[in-house]
Amino acid sequence: MKKQEEILKVEHLIKSYENGKPVLNDLSFSLNKGEVVVIVGPSGCGKSTFLRCLNMLEPIDSGKIIFKDQPISRSEKNAHEIRQKIGMVFQSYELFPHKTIMGNIMMAPLKVQKRNKKEVEQAEQQLLERVGLLDKKDAYPRQLSGGQKQRVAIVRALIMNPEILLLDEITAALDPEMVREVLQVVLELAREGMTMVIVTHEMEFAKAVADRVLFLDQGVVVEESRPAEFFNHPETERAQQFLNTFHYDAIE
Amino acid sequence: MDVNFIQNYYPLYVEAAKMTITISFIGIVLSLVIGLICSMIKALKIPVLGKVVNIYIEVSRNTPLLIQLFFLYFGLPKLGIVFSSETCAIIGLSFLGGSYMAEAFRTGIDNVASIQMESGLSLGFTKGQVFRHIILPQAVATSIPVLCANIIFLIKETSVFSAVALADLMFVAKDLIGIYYKTDEALFMLVLSYLAILLPVSLICTWVERRVRYAGFGNTSAVSGN
Repeated sequence: MKKQEEILKVEHLIKSYENGKPVLNDLSFSLNKGEVVVIVGPSGCGKSTFLRCLNMLEPIDSGKIIFKDQPISRSEKNAHEIRQKIGMVFQSYELFPHKTIMGNIMMAPLKVQKRNKKEVEQAEQQLLERVGLLDKKDAYPRQLSGGQKQRVAIVRALIMNPEILLLDEITAALDPEMVREVLQVVLELAREGMTMVIVTHEMEFAKAVADRVLFLDQGVVVEESRPAEFFNHPETERAQQFLNTFHYDAIE
Repeated sequence: MDVNFIQNYYPLYVEAAKMTITISFIGIVLSLVIGLICSMIKALKIPVLGKVVNIYIEVSRNTPLLIQLFFLYFGLPKLGIVFSSETCAIIGLSFLGGSYMAEAFRTGIDNVASIQMESGLSLGFTKGQVFRHIILPQAVATSIPVLCANIIFLIKETSVFSAVALADLMFVAKDLIGIYYKTDEALFMLVLSYLAILLPVSLICTWVERRVRYAGFGNTSAVSGN
């Protein structure tokens, strides 16, 4: 087995909402370079919140998040520099409606990373071509379908050359026929060795893409295993119940 | 209606209109700057300054411009601070306009889903950069109708400046009425002068509103967040 390099580590993360209700309860987690971890769990179990904590979008009550041996926090001055290395894609795409697709993608590399315009343009073309949207580069987001927007959002995150990609239910707002085109892109990324943490409700996709599955319920990791084990022989009753909700019996 | 009278005295109105336009222009530009800064302070939730801005907005919106002007022109000299009519007019107009513009910008900013901020942050922008490059352009686009209404409102408000002896349109009209008792003619020219200033402004505003809408950013294109 090859030597594993730990890229992200979470220690005893506790996070509650303003009303004091805990969302994440003493959660620990570690992510290796090149690994794809899929987080599943019932709604409200804290999986999206967890992802948002990893990108310092949520304040945390206690615990540590360590990126490449360096503790990170949203109150630190360098938070925005760390975020360049941790890309995120949202359920609702969140493209910038006042910019064209090209503008959306090139904005951060040019303004944040101060990269050379020619180089960024080339990278952009390559990435857009890859997701099959090169012809849309001058369009505005509102002219695109949901699936197209989400692919652009992925490109926008990728062009920053992130070391980790966080995907927060990226197909949840899509029509079924558009889910595939987006997930296909993610599968390819996984194959190329992109490190990803994915929150999803697409169980078949989770099975296909994950190296490891984390089952979260009520703010704690209930089960953590390889996808084959998790989906075929879940250990805990809660996981079994959860997985059963995805099966339907025919009406007789 | 004495046409001769109008012919003789219309140059006075032209001069006065220049004054009204100059004061309006400076006042409106300053209002926009003040409004922008205030709305930015509120949007970025800067601790102490946020409170100061709130107080300013309440004071400014809830006192009449005429009273503000009296305070500047007649009140402050008692404390040894003397401003000219022009300075009083500009300060007064910007003080009033700043709060209106701030509220206009704020509505626009509130309209941009907060997850757009997060989306920008996740790309490594700082909060200030997100505000400038992502929130503000969208906010301004939605604010334009209100900003335009405010501009027209502020130009109309300049008609109280004659109270602090500024030689503007209203001042000239009142003067002529006082000297010659030609009320009809003087007021007729006053109405015409304001129309001559405001109609073009109004048309430009409509044009800008339409352009911004057709450019596709603004309400119609906002991606709904959740």
